[in-house]
Amino acid sequence: MSDRLSVLKTYKLYVGGKFPRSESGRVYEVTDAKGNWLANAPLSSRKDARDAVVAARKAFGGWSGATAYNRGQILYRTAEMLEGRRDQFAAEVADAEGLSKAKAAAQVDAAIDRWVWYAGWSDKVAQIAGSANPVAGPYFNLSAPEPTGVVAVLAPQESSFLGLVSVIAPAIVTGNTAVVVASEQAPLPALSLAEVLATSDLPGGVVNLLSGRTAELAAPLAAHQDVNAVDLTGAGAELAVELETAAADNLKRVLRPRAVDWTADPGTERLLAFLETKTVWHPMGV
Amino acid sequence: MADVTASDGALRRFLHGLPGVDAVGLQARAAALGTRSIKTTAKAYAIDLAISMIDLTTLEGADTPGKVRALCAKGIHPDPTDRSVPKVAAICVYPDMVATAKEALAGSGIHVASVATAFPAGRAALPVKLADTRDAVAAGADEIDMVIDRGAFLSGRYLDVFEEIKAVKEACVRPDGTAAHLKVIFETGELQTYDNVRRVSWLAMLAGADFIKTSTGKVAVNATPPVTLLMLEAVRDFRAQAGIQVGVKPAGGIRTTKDALKYLVMVNETVGEDWLNADWFRFGASSLLNDLLMQRQKLSTGRYSGPDYVTVD
Repeated sequence: MSDRLSVLKTYKLYVGGKFPRSESGRVYEVTDAKGNWLANAPLSSRKDARDAVVAARKAFGGWSGATAYNRGQILYRTAEMLEGRRDQFAAEVADAEGLSKAKAAAQVDAAIDRWVWYAGWSDKVAQIAGSANPVAGPYFNLSAPEPTGVVAVLAPQESSFLGLVSVIAPAIVTGNTAVVVASEQAPLPALSLAEVLATSDLPGGVVNLLSGRTAELAAPLAAHQDVNAVDLTGAGAELAVELETAAADNLKRVLRPRAVDWTADPGTERLLAFLETKTVWHPMGV
Repeated sequence: MADVTASDGALRRFLHGLPGVDAVGLQARAAALGTRSIKTTAKAYAIDLAISMIDLTTLEGADTPGKVRALCAKGIHPDPTDRSVPKVAAICVYPDMVATAKEALAGSGIHVASVATAFPAGRAALPVKLADTRDAVAAGADEIDMVIDRGAFLSGRYLDVFEEIKAVKEACVRPDGTAAHLKVIFETGELQTYDNVRRVSWLAMLAGADFIKTSTGKVAVNATPPVTLLMLEAVRDFRAQAGIQVGVKPAGGIRTTKDALKYLVMVNETVGEDWLNADWFRFGASSLLNDLLMQRQKLSTGRYSGPDYVTVD
C-alpha cells in the first residue's frame, strides 16, 4: 500500500547535448496504441529544426575527425547504457506499439544488438567502401569513404525503437552528425534514447532528437542549405516527393522511403548511403 | 559644463556625483528589450540597417595586406551574388594597414577606422600614443579608435584620462583643419562596475569623444546589452545637458543577427531614431556580417542558409 504521488516525466528535445523544450513552447498529447494518454511531448517548430542543424554542424568537425576506433568505442558504450535501461525501453515500446511485454522486450534486445553491430562497423567500413585503384602511372591511387556531413533523418513511424536505432546508428557511425525527427505518434522511446546518448560519451550535437509533426519539421530540413543528406524513411510517399524536390536544390544525398522489415539483417545499404568518396593520388617513391 | 573639468577635484566631484546605477534594474531593462519579436519586413529592414552599421574588423597579429584587401572587398559588396545588400560603414584595422585599406576602399564611401594609442592594452607613454594616432591619421584614417588608460581611471586619476583623450583628439586634426572622428574605447570588461561605466562615459564625452565604444574585443567580457544600454542613456542625457550628440559602438561578442536586432531595439527605445543610422551607432564585429547575410538569404529565398554560402574570413 503506497500513497506516493506519481512523478510524471517531462519529455524534452535533445539538441546540442542539452534537453531544451521546444522554442515554440508547444506540446502535443502522446497516447498508447489504445488511445490512452501517456505523456505530453514537445511539438517542435522549424526554429528547433534550425537550431538542431546548427548544433549538428558544430559537432561535425570533432565527430568526423575522431578516430574510427574511438567512434566505435563510444557507440559500444551507448549499447552498454541501453542494456542497463532495457526494462524502461521495453515498457515504453510496449505502450507505444501495443505489444506484449515479451514482444516489446524482444524488440529492445534486437535494437541493442543492432546498435552493437553498427558500432563494430566504424573501423571496417573503409575496407568495404574504400579501394586501392590501379591507375596508368606511377601513383598510389587510394579511395576512402568520408562522412557527408549533417544528415536529417526522418525516423520510421511504425517501429518506434528498433526502427529508430536502425536509422540513427548507420548515419553516425561513419562520422556524420544527425538531426532526427522521431516517430510522430510514438516519440517517447526516442526521447528516452536521448537520455542514454547524453550519458554515453557521445559528444553533444552528434545526434539531435526532435519530436513533432513530421511534415512540419521535414520541409525546412529538406530545404536547409546546410544539411548534406536526408533519410526520408519516415515520410509518406507524397511528402517524400516534395522533400526530394526541395533536397535537390543543394544536391543533398537522399535515401528514399520503402517498406523495411526492421527485424531482418539490415546489410550495409544505410551505412554506405551517407558517404563521400575521397580519392588521393600519391606519387610512388623512387 | 566647462567648470566641471577645471580641476582634478571638480571632475572627481562631478563624476562621483552622477547618480548610481541600479544594476538589477538595468539588467532587467536590457533583458526586457531583448524579448521583442522582429519579423518579416521589419526584420529585413533591421538586417540591412545592421549591415550598414558594421565596422568590419580585423585586428589580428597575422593580418596581411591581402587579408585587409579581401575584407575591404567584402565590405563593399558583402554578398557578391546579391547587389542589393548595403555596404558596411567602415573597415577597422591596425594603423599600419590603413594605407592598404584606404587604397582598396577608394571611391566606395566606406570609412577606414584605425585603432591607435597602443591598442588594445593602452600601456605606452603619451608621446608614443600620440605618434601612433598621427601616423594613422596621416595614412588616411577617417576614424580613430583609441583606448583609455584603464589603470589611470581605476586608480582615480580622472583628469589624466581626460587630458589624454583631449590630446588624442588634437592629434586627430589633419593639416587642412578637418579631423578624423574619435572613438573612445572603455574596455568595460575591465571597469568592474556599472557606476564606472557611467562615469567614464561622461568623462569621455566631456573630453570631446565623437563616439564611445565598449570594448576592444580582446578581453573575456566584451559588449553586453546592459553596458550598452547604460552608455546609450549616457549619450541621451549628455545631449540633453550639453546639446552635443555622441555616437555609441558596442564591439566584441556580437555574432548573431538576433543579438544585433536586440541592440537596435535598445537604440530605438532608449535614444530614438536620431541614433538609428551608421553615423551614430556602429557594431564592431567580424563574424556578425556572415550571420546577417545568412539571415538575409533566408528571408529572400525561404530556405535556411549555411556557412558554405558566405565567405570564410
